[in-house]
Amino acid sequence: MLSAMNLSMLPRGRSAIVESVEALPDSEPSRDPIAARLRELGFVPGEAVSVLATSPSLIGRLFGRGEHATLAVQIGFTRFALRRAEAARVRVSPLAA
Amino acid sequence: MSAAAPLRLALLGNPNCGKTALFNRLTGARQKVANYAGVTVERKEGRFTLPSGREVSVLDLPGAYSLNATSPDEAVTRDVVLGARNDTAQPDLIVAVVDATNLRLHLRFVLELSRLGRPMIVALNMMDAARRRGIVIDREVLARELDLPVIETVAVDKGGADALCAALDAALPAAPRAPETDVDLHARVTALLNAAVSVPRRTALIDDALDRWALHPVVGPVILAAVMFLVFQAVFSWAGPFQDGIEAGVAWLGAQLGTNLPAGMLKSLLVDGIIAGTGGVLVFLPQILLLFLFILCLEESGYLPRAAFLLDRVMLASGLSGRAFIPLLSSFACAIPGIMATRSIPHPGDRLITILVAPLMTCSARLPVYALLIGAFVPERSVLGVLNLQGLVLFGLYLAGILSALLVALVVKLVRREQHGAALLLELPSWRLPNPRNIAIGLYERASIFIKRVGGIILALSVLIWFLASFPTPPADWAGTAVEYSYAGHIGRSMQTLFAPLGFNWQICVALIPGLAAREVAVSGLATVYAIEGGQDAASAALLPLLGAQWSLGTGLALMAWYIYAPQCLSTLAVMRRETGSWRVVGAATAYLFGLAWLAAWFANLLGRWLT
Repeated sequence: MLSAMNLSMLPRGRSAIVESVEALPDSEPSRDPIAARLRELGFVPGEAVSVLATSPSLIGRLFGRGEHATLAVQIGFTRFALRRAEAARVRVSPLAA
Repeated sequence: MSAAAPLRLALLGNPNCGKTALFNRLTGARQKVANYAGVTVERKEGRFTLPSGREVSVLDLPGAYSLNATSPDEAVTRDVVLGARNDTAQPDLIVAVVDATNLRLHLRFVLELSRLGRPMIVALNMMDAARRRGIVIDREVLARELDLPVIETVAVDKGGADALCAALDAALPAAPRAPETDVDLHARVTALLNAAVSVPRRTALIDDALDRWALHPVVGPVILAAVMFLVFQAVFSWAGPFQDGIEAGVAWLGAQLGTNLPAGMLKSLLVDGIIAGTGGVLVFLPQILLLFLFILCLEESGYLPRAAFLLDRVMLASGLSGRAFIPLLSSFACAIPGIMATRSIPHPGDRLITILVAPLMTCSARLPVYALLIGAFVPERSVLGVLNLQGLVLFGLYLAGILSALLVALVVKLVRREQHGAALLLELPSWRLPNPRNIAIGLYERASIFIKRVGGIILALSVLIWFLASFPTPPADWAGTAVEYSYAGHIGRSMQTLFAPLGFNWQICVALIPGLAAREVAVSGLATVYAIEGGQDAASAALLPLLGAQWSLGTGLALMAWYIYAPQCLSTLAVMRRETGSWRVVGAATAYLFGLAWLAAWFANLLGRWLT
């Protein structure tokens, strides 16, 4: 098993296991709705996760910055689109290819 | 009729669980769509009769991932279930609808709901899709572990809800066991899945295959562009025959009344005011329905969230969210349903920007104005052998609207200095074949909302404009036209100071007034002002050479540019007010649209003078 990384750094097509959703530093759980929602959607320890696609980069590179990229992610039986900033909140450990 | 009060049922579930399809299956066309008091969340209620003869009233609650609400929709769902809303009684029974192919996510919400200790039935929906994927669910084990009745349903099949109806006819299930509050719901879901469900593969093969291309960074956008091109091509070419039919019908009705009624005020009111005014709007119904047909099909198939994913990055760069794609697409038919569709955007700031720029999408009501002006001022000439200059100008006008929307959103973003957008977290549901019955019900619903909302306002304003253009009647020795003497003529001339720099004459100013009611009425407004008798159809035909001869190119171009922004649609402003609850937003939208329209028209007029 490789060392843990953020979901936003996980290469496309590589499977990983969720370790945790990182809470915002010094904030109560009730004031971190994104972390709460990520957990509700299934980003909980032990779940398998993979990145299916990243949003088209040509237009993105012209107009947007890297952290604004959008990812399509498989978690559990479900697919979600989320932004790199949200994906960066999820710690994962990649499985060997 | 049974004397007992109807059983109050609420359908509850995650988004994309097939809840609305089940609602349609149960109630058919017997549904009522309204709003929850104070919020702009759609309230869908229907009725049906059980085999035993018992009446059931069923509420289709907005989809939610959790009772821990993050959007107005989810808050309504939470409040109804908890019995915390004054306008909706707490349901007697909850039917928790789950997608049998997506149990990992959906069962968590069922467990969360069961903690409430309310009577509840679980409907395992889309069992047909689950069987096709080889998913085996031991319903009895699941029911025992959940301590809830579990029923299989296939909402898209006739008879697919029979088992649910039979269960409803039995006695109300007892409330579930004493709720456990400190158990990790995800751990319980995993235990439930291990005990009762066997899944050969996490994903459907078809989803993997389609998403490989639909979400592809290069192929995906190409597919999206092709789909959009097809939709617009179809909307503008297939709607033609239906529009001609409606136009002919309106003209026939006007002619019938015209010949059979005695000349006078009543005839003028009916023929020039009501029939010309409302008929002019009805003509766009085919285009609007066709666009909605495509949107509904794309929505049911699961493509729209994928389009939002593809566009999220570029839309975010200009301050919009990928979620704005669906409302903005609807706005090409009409900004009113577009603005109403912004309800699906959870973040208030993202939603506000989308509402503000929705009127910049060229709605179908602007098409007749463009058609008239392009016909009069743009020569029919081919460009590069295959392209038509008139078509190119039309395309350019649409493009100008889209680019303006991106620019306006960007400016708002820079002014508000928001560091990063709200979360996206958009589910990409499994691909599905659209169900004709659901499409038909959805289409009927949207058509009736459109006719009711727009029809009412347009009818009232048509009468008002007819009144302004008809009174006071000129004295017998008046040399000019009757319109010149009327209130409308006075208003038109007083507007001249503001609009003269754009090259607009007083006749155009008068026509801008009916354009307030609905943009296309500007065409019939011009016709009335130029004192041409006849319906709208005849009017635009006869107006063409007249405008070409009387107006300068600058005036024509300026009016086209004006209508890219066209701030004057009262129905849109009314919907904005209703959806945002703020007159300030309405004021800001009116001011910025008016300012942009004036500037664009001024430049276009300058360009026209330079060209001639």
